[in-house]
Amino acid sequence: MSTALVTDLTIFVLALLVGIEVIGKVPATLHTPLMSAANSIHGIVLAGALLIGLTAHNFVGYVLAFVAAFFAAANVVGGYVVTGRMLKMFRRKAQPEAVEGRKQ
Amino acid sequence: MNSFTTNIQLVYVLGAACFVLGLHLMNSPATARRGNQVSTAGMVIAVIATLVLLIHEGSVTATGWTVLIIGALLGSVVGLYSARTVQMTAMPQLVSMFNAVGGGAAALVAVYGYLHDESAPGGVLGSTTVFTVLDVIIGSVTFTGSLIAAGKLQGVITGQPVIFKGGRLLNVALAVIAVAAAAFMLTTASLPALLIVVLASLAFGVMMVLPIGGADMPVVISLLNAFTGTAVAMAGFVIGNWALIVAGALVGASGGILTKLMADAMNRSLSNIIVGGFGTGDSAVVAAVAGDAQVRSIAADDAAIQLAYASKVIIVPGYGLAAAQAQHGVAELAAILESHGIEVSYAIHPVAGRMPGHMNVLLAEANVPYPQLREMEEVNPEFARTDVALVIGANDVTNPAARRPGSAISGMPILDVDQAKSIIVVKRSMGTGYAGIDNELYANPKTSMYFADAKRAVAELTAAVKTLVG
Repeated sequence: MSTALVTDLTIFVLALLVGIEVIGKVPATLHTPLMSAANSIHGIVLAGALLIGLTAHNFVGYVLAFVAAFFAAANVVGGYVVTGRMLKMFRRKAQPEAVEGRKQ
Repeated sequence: MNSFTTNIQLVYVLGAACFVLGLHLMNSPATARRGNQVSTAGMVIAVIATLVLLIHEGSVTATGWTVLIIGALLGSVVGLYSARTVQMTAMPQLVSMFNAVGGGAAALVAVYGYLHDESAPGGVLGSTTVFTVLDVIIGSVTFTGSLIAAGKLQGVITGQPVIFKGGRLLNVALAVIAVAAAAFMLTTASLPALLIVVLASLAFGVMMVLPIGGADMPVVISLLNAFTGTAVAMAGFVIGNWALIVAGALVGASGGILTKLMADAMNRSLSNIIVGGFGTGDSAVVAAVAGDAQVRSIAADDAAIQLAYASKVIIVPGYGLAAAQAQHGVAELAAILESHGIEVSYAIHPVAGRMPGHMNVLLAEANVPYPQLREMEEVNPEFARTDVALVIGANDVTNPAARRPGSAISGMPILDVDQAKSIIVVKRSMGTGYAGIDNELYANPKTSMYFADAKRAVAELTAAVKTLVG
């Protein structure tokens, strides 16, 4: 087993544990945005898709690079935008005009 | 590793730290938006670092750049458009689609890595092959599985479990084929074997989700989310990229935790859901009322009187409310009651809606302030001092039968609605929930049934309450 592999595995296991620790604290109220946020984070595969470009010099390589870049970009952009859109709706109080209505 | 690539790896670590911090900030609605921004910043950093690396290496051809840029731009446009236009009720489908493309991209990264290494002198390394086949299998299963899940949620594919003779045998056969071809690849580098792994895994993904009913989708989506994360982490191993490994592990952990929470809240084991059987789908099955169950029905005016003279009301929303698009109406009714000095909160069961936490998003969209959205454990003790519990479109999660052994839902955590001083249940018919059993709550002498579609019922209640509190 190479050193690089051991390093990679160490990082993987530690990240998994950090993930369990951090995510266990997210309240149920935010589980849908959480899943959507996690979704945008796995959009990091875009970096992997772009790296295909380093060595892609034939038709098959270009097709794989294109589809992977397309998929990953849709994932990352859509994920972050929709998560932001959802979180924007979570308010401590209702909209100002509605609040006035409640103070009667 | 030369100093340049080391620096790039360090930037990736920074990006990964942003992901962890971003997820950490999601532990409260007050900081969650900032969390998303931090996470976005991490992503921008990681992508820019990758582009810098590509430019520095200088080995990307003009065609390569064109392909990557056009692909990424088109993908961004599609992602942006769907994220901007999606209805909040359709969130589960969109999340499922993002799982599909993420898993698909991860599988493609590994497939390309294998193609490239196979033709290179020295061939494919043994350890790389392990991660390649894992990535390809998990990524491909996620790709088709998520497409089927999205199709079921969208109603393009029937929400009913699709079960046919020999289906399970076919599943086993596909799994065996994929694993056997993968095992062969460990001894001999072989492109045809990789192709077999891809095809068998794609087919397995379809066959895995088809027999699962629409009502089990919260668990399935969480599981596929965990799969996508794992696939991305495996892709990270294949190309030796820490950012992918860390991000994939984080997503895998989140998907895993949510899957367990959902399965527990539905009182089902994961294997029970995957093997399939009783998650029947959206449509209420009209069942005969049990002979000895006496139910009392109520009209809008009487229900409105109960609400208007209560001092504490808890609304229990279920998927029926979202399906009828009644969340805005409910929010309006709640606002009127509140303006009349009545304490209103919402009791939200973990599986209300079509994905974890879905109901909270739907109510937040209807402008309900999040402090009013109460989780099950937190709100359950409050039912005893609640005057009226208004149950709208929720069924099994309110059934007291869950507290006793011997029913299909025994042991399932429920909302203690029956502890309230009086209960109003808005429901289309006496049909059973997806567990297919009668709800004992309806026969409770404190319970009144209001038979109507959720949207119409809420509109009528609101009108009646308005005339009372005018």
